[in-house]
Amino acid sequence: MKQTLLILALLLAPFAAAAQEETVVAGLSQNVVSITANFNGSEILIFGAVQRYAPVPEGSPLEVIITIEGPDRPVTVRRMDRRYGIWMNTEAVDVDAAPTFYAVATTNPFREVISDTEDLRHRISIPRAIRAVGTNTEHQRDFTDAVIRIRTDEDLYQVLEGSVMLRNETLFDTSFRMPANLVEGDYTARIFLTRGREVVSSYETDITVRKVGLERMIYTLAHERPLVYGLLSLAIAIAAGWLASAVFRYIRMGG
Amino acid sequence: MQIYLPIAEVSVNAFLLLGLGGMVGILSGMFGVGGGFLLTPLLFFIGIPPAVAVATEANQIVASSFSGVLAHFKRKTVDLKMGVVLLIGGLVGAALGVQVFNALRAIGQVDLLVRLCYVVFLGIIGALMFVESLRTIRRAKAAPGAPPPRRHHRGWIHALPFKMRFRTSGLYLSAIPPLIVGLCVGVLAAIMGVGGGFIMVPAMIYILGMPTKVVVGTSLFQIIFVTAFSTLLHATTNFTVDMILAVLLLIGGVIGAQVGARIGVKLKAEQLRILLAIMVLGVCGKLAFDLLVQPSELFTLGAATGH
Repeated sequence: MKQTLLILALLLAPFAAAAQEETVVAGLSQNVVSITANFNGSEILIFGAVQRYAPVPEGSPLEVIITIEGPDRPVTVRRMDRRYGIWMNTEAVDVDAAPTFYAVATTNPFREVISDTEDLRHRISIPRAIRAVGTNTEHQRDFTDAVIRIRTDEDLYQVLEGSVMLRNETLFDTSFRMPANLVEGDYTARIFLTRGREVVSSYETDITVRKVGLERMIYTLAHERPLVYGLLSLAIAIAAGWLASAVFRYIRMGG
Repeated sequence: MQIYLPIAEVSVNAFLLLGLGGMVGILSGMFGVGGGFLLTPLLFFIGIPPAVAVATEANQIVASSFSGVLAHFKRKTVDLKMGVVLLIGGLVGAALGVQVFNALRAIGQVDLLVRLCYVVFLGIIGALMFVESLRTIRRAKAAPGAPPPRRHHRGWIHALPFKMRFRTSGLYLSAIPPLIVGLCVGVLAAIMGVGGGFIMVPAMIYILGMPTKVVVGTSLFQIIFVTAFSTLLHATTNFTVDMILAVLLLIGGVIGAQVGARIGVKLKAEQLRILLAIMVLGVCGKLAFDLLVQPSELFTLGAATGH
């Protein structure tokens, strides 16, 4: 039985390769983003080429979609309403997983480069990248829209239609501006080639975002030895308070 | 100069933080308030997550209060005995307040409670102080040389048991009122994420009848311990104390506190009180305005609490 399957697979392999006659080869300007004390955002350049063993197919043109996605975190979204004359939180919805950062860049307007079905399958557009299941409110949509709106305002979600440059249907490149308020974690960069709004090839690679140096040290200490960290914070505070007092006394006595 | 805060995970301008710390430090030294009631909303405004702002600020207040209290020790305007009695009440209160805070956070109403607390307490205290100081100033103008009115002549307070002598304040009264004042302030301080000086100072003047000059130093003295306690609580339970943010705020803060303590000496007690009253009313008005006017964004995002 196993053998039959193997033979079948071997027979089918060339056909699979033929179906995917265009593949993507890509590179990133950097695979590691280091958050240092003076970190002020980062620019990431993504470039690549389309590899093919046959002439450029006829018909609809080639399009490229590139996404960068930060680690998923659950989010609680609260809505305010007017009660007793004041504005207060009334309804809350837990969104199971929303990327902390999400940018999508395309060669042309989003609807022209990919179909809804393909978007749903690969979770490419921002609303598709957010997961919220099992909530019991009828305004679910309002709440996920709010997540997108608020994060778009903070530059954490970016839709960059038409920002991917594609030359001769072969070479492409784009750059992403990652804001300063990045969360640590493993980010994913994905590249999709589409024709006639169908995905023909995709490529995925990781970008590591890490705190380094002093930032790393403080973060680790705060989480692994909270008591030591708390006492150290207090010691710094007391020392600074005493120092300022001593310096001022000295200045007064001197003057 | 932008600087990335490791715990808050945001990037902010270092000079802005130094400036904010300095401004609040001056107020701290002048009035004996920790300044938390001003700094909390300001830190929210520049994009620091609320949990980090509240915890880190407690740490910063330790520094500015310590710096301020040293200046007051020099001038012997700290009533240690009264401070310790207030502190005992304060620590018990702070522990209770943290429980209330966590319970309310679970149901998502902590923001509202904190703001309502601010509006109610700042409103009452600001208005009382404003009216009282105006009256004192007017009376002083009408009859120069007349002795100031004695404030501490409440019959029922003097009828309480456990009397103690507070020599620095020139008071002989029961330990119960200071304990209760300390307790109430401790609860509020933990809920509102502040040292509680702006409640403590008026309470000491109007309820306990302490002389204004002693009040500031004594308030600072007990704020150090209450905020140190809450810094440790936040650091060990929520991991929300940001050391870099704290250092930037406290560099400005300790310098400001020294400057403020010197300005405070030059001002008359009534002037000091009326300035504090105006400031308290200003913050109260701003917060009340925010509660009553429709916010531009009706939705807020928070870390999932899993309720």
